[in-house]
Amino acid sequence: MTNKSNSKAYWKENIRYVLILLFIWFLVSFGAGIIFKDALNEIKIGGFKLGFWFAQQGSMYVFVILIFVYVRLMNKLDKKYGYDE
Amino acid sequence: MMNSLLIAEQVSVQNWTYILVGLTFTLYIGIAIWSRAGSTKEFYVAGGGVSPLANGMATAADWMSAASFISMAGIISFAGYDGAVYLMGWTGGYVLLALLLAPYLRKFGKFTVPDFIGDRYYSNTARTVGVFCALLVSFTYVAGQMRGVGLVFSRFLEVDINTGVIIGMLIVLFYAVLGGMKGITYTQVAQYCVLIFAFMVPVIFISIQMTGNPIPQLGFGGELADGSGTYLLDKLDGLSTDLGFAEYTEGSKPLIDVFAITLALMVGTAGLPHVIVRFFTVKRVKDARKSAGIALLLIVILYTTAPAVSVFARTNMIETVSNQPYANVPEWFKKWETTKLITFTDKNNDGLIQYVADKSKNELVVDRDIMVLANPEIAQLPNWVIALVAAGALAAALSTAAGLLLVISASVSHDLIKKMINPKISEKGELVAARLSAVVAVCVAGYFGINPPGFVAATVALAFGLAAASFFPAIILGIFYKRMNKEGAIAGMVVGITAMLLYMIKYKLGWFDEVVPDKSEWWFGISPEGFGTVAMLLNFIVSITIMKFTKAPPKEVQDIVEKIRIPSGAGEAVNH
Repeated sequence: MTNKSNSKAYWKENIRYVLILLFIWFLVSFGAGIIFKDALNEIKIGGFKLGFWFAQQGSMYVFVILIFVYVRLMNKLDKKYGYDE
Repeated sequence: MMNSLLIAEQVSVQNWTYILVGLTFTLYIGIAIWSRAGSTKEFYVAGGGVSPLANGMATAADWMSAASFISMAGIISFAGYDGAVYLMGWTGGYVLLALLLAPYLRKFGKFTVPDFIGDRYYSNTARTVGVFCALLVSFTYVAGQMRGVGLVFSRFLEVDINTGVIIGMLIVLFYAVLGGMKGITYTQVAQYCVLIFAFMVPVIFISIQMTGNPIPQLGFGGELADGSGTYLLDKLDGLSTDLGFAEYTEGSKPLIDVFAITLALMVGTAGLPHVIVRFFTVKRVKDARKSAGIALLLIVILYTTAPAVSVFARTNMIETVSNQPYANVPEWFKKWETTKLITFTDKNNDGLIQYVADKSKNELVVDRDIMVLANPEIAQLPNWVIALVAAGALAAALSTAAGLLLVISASVSHDLIKKMINPKISEKGELVAARLSAVVAVCVAGYFGINPPGFVAATVALAFGLAAASFFPAIILGIFYKRMNKEGAIAGMVVGITAMLLYMIKYKLGWFDEVVPDKSEWWFGISPEGFGTVAMLLNFIVSITIMKFTKAPPKEVQDIVEKIRIPSGAGEAVNH
C-alpha cells in the first residue's frame, strides 16, 4: 500500500469510529436526558426517574466510557496502520 | 490519641481555615519554585513532556472553577432537573475534545489556539481575530475567578474582599509568572487533589446521615435513613410542590432552550482556549486522547456528586427553616445572615419563616452559593470539614485563574509580539515579554475582581457562547474540511462572534433598550445562554458558503491538514 492510500484508509476508519461514538453521545444526553426525558421518567429505578437519572448522572458516565473506548480503538488502529509510536 | 482528638474538637473553624489554607498555599509556592520555566517552550507548554495522568489532573483542576466548586450545586438545587444543562454541557464537551480536537491540535504542535488559526488559515488577519476572541473569552472568565477568591477569603477568614483578591493575585502571580505552564501544571495537579478531597468529604458525611449510603451518587436515589421507606427524591418532589415550586425532578425550562444551552455549553467547553492548550503539553497524540479521558473521569467524580449535594442541601434547608419560628433558627442561619447571603423579612409578622414559590408571600431569600459553603454547617459536621471547603474553593478558583492568565499572556507575547509585531525577538526576549504580559494580565484581572463591572457575572456564563461561536467551527473545519480557506473561516468567526455579542447585549444586558427585554421576545424561545448554539450554526453556514465562492487554500496548507490527521511524528512539529 502506498503512503497516501494508507493514510486515506486510516482516516476513513477513524471517521467511522467517531461517527458511531458521537451517535451514542447524542443519544444518551440529548436523547435520553432531554428529548425522551418525559417518556423515560415513567420508568423508575430505585428513587430515580430514568429520564432525570440520564440527565443528571447516566449521560456523564457514558461520556467517560466513550472516550476510553475511543482511546482503545485508536491505539489499535494506529498499530494496524503503522502509526504507533 | 484521645487528647489530640479533644484538641481537634476545640480548634475553631477560623483557625482550621488558616491552617488548611496556609498549608495548601505553601505547597503551591513550593511547587512553583521547584518547577521554574527556563525556556519559552517550558513557559507555554511545560516543555511538552507532561504525562497523561498529570495532564488529566491538571486539566480537571484547570477546568473546574469557583463556579463548579461553589455555585453549581446551588444552581441545580434551585433549578432541579433544569440544572442538568450544566452537568451534561460541561462534561459532554470533553467527548468532542477527545474525538474531534485534542489529538489533531497536539499533532499540529503549536503553542496557542490563535497559532493554529493563523497557520491553518495562512493569514495574520485570521490570527488577529483568534487573538481577539481568546482575550475576550479569557478576560471575562478570569475576572469571575478573582472575585471568587475574594469572596472565599472574606467569608471564611473575615478579611475584606479586596484584601482577599490581592492575596489571591499575589499567589497566582508568583507561580504563573515564575513557572509558566510548567509551574501551573504541577500546582494544578496538587490543586485537583485538594479540591476533590474538600468537595467529597462533607458530602459523604451528609449522604450517610440522610440515606445511610456512603456513596452520594447512589444515596440521593435511595431511601431516607429514617426508616420511613420513602425515597429522598419523592420526598423532595413533595416538599417542592407543597411550597408551590415545580416538581424537583421535572424542571420548568422549555425543551428547545434546555437543548440549546446544553449544546452551547458542550461546544463552548471544547472551544475554550485554556482547556485546549492543556493538550499541547503532552508528548504524543495518543497521550492527548488518553489525558482527555482521564480529565473527564476526574471531573465526573465531582460533577456526579454535585446533583446529590443539591438534593441533600435543598431537602435539609426546607426541613430546617420552612414554617419554623425565626426565634429558633440554628446558629449557621444567623451567621450567614450577617453576610447577607440569607435574608429574612417577616412580611405577615407571624414570626414564622415562610419559604414559598409565590414571590409576594415568600419571606426567605437564600443565595445559591450557600448550598456548598454552608452545607457542612447545616449538617453539623466537625470544624475541620467546614474549613476544608474554603481551601477547596480557593484551589478551584486559583487553578482556573492561572490557566486563563497563561492563555492571555501567551496570546500577547507569542501571537501578537513574536508572530506579528517583532518576529526577530530572541527566545529570552520573548520569555521576558511572556512574564510581563502575565503580570499585566494578573493586575487587570485583579482590578476587575475588586471593581466588578455589573456585566461580568452575566458574561462569564456567556464566555461559552463566545467560544462556541468563534473557535469551535474554525478548528473543526480546519481539521475535517481540507478545502476550508481563510476567507470562509474569517467571515464565519466574525459573523459568529458578532451575532453572539449582539444577542447578549440586547437580551442579557439590555443596553439597546431601556430594560432587558422579556423572555417572550427571545428568538425561537432560546435564552442568551443557549444562543451560542445558533451563533455556532451561523458560523458554520457562513464559513461554508463563503468558501464555495473563493479559491481553495494553497497546496502547502492542504498538506498540513493531511499531516495532522496522522498521529505519528508529533514530536518534530513542535520545533518551529
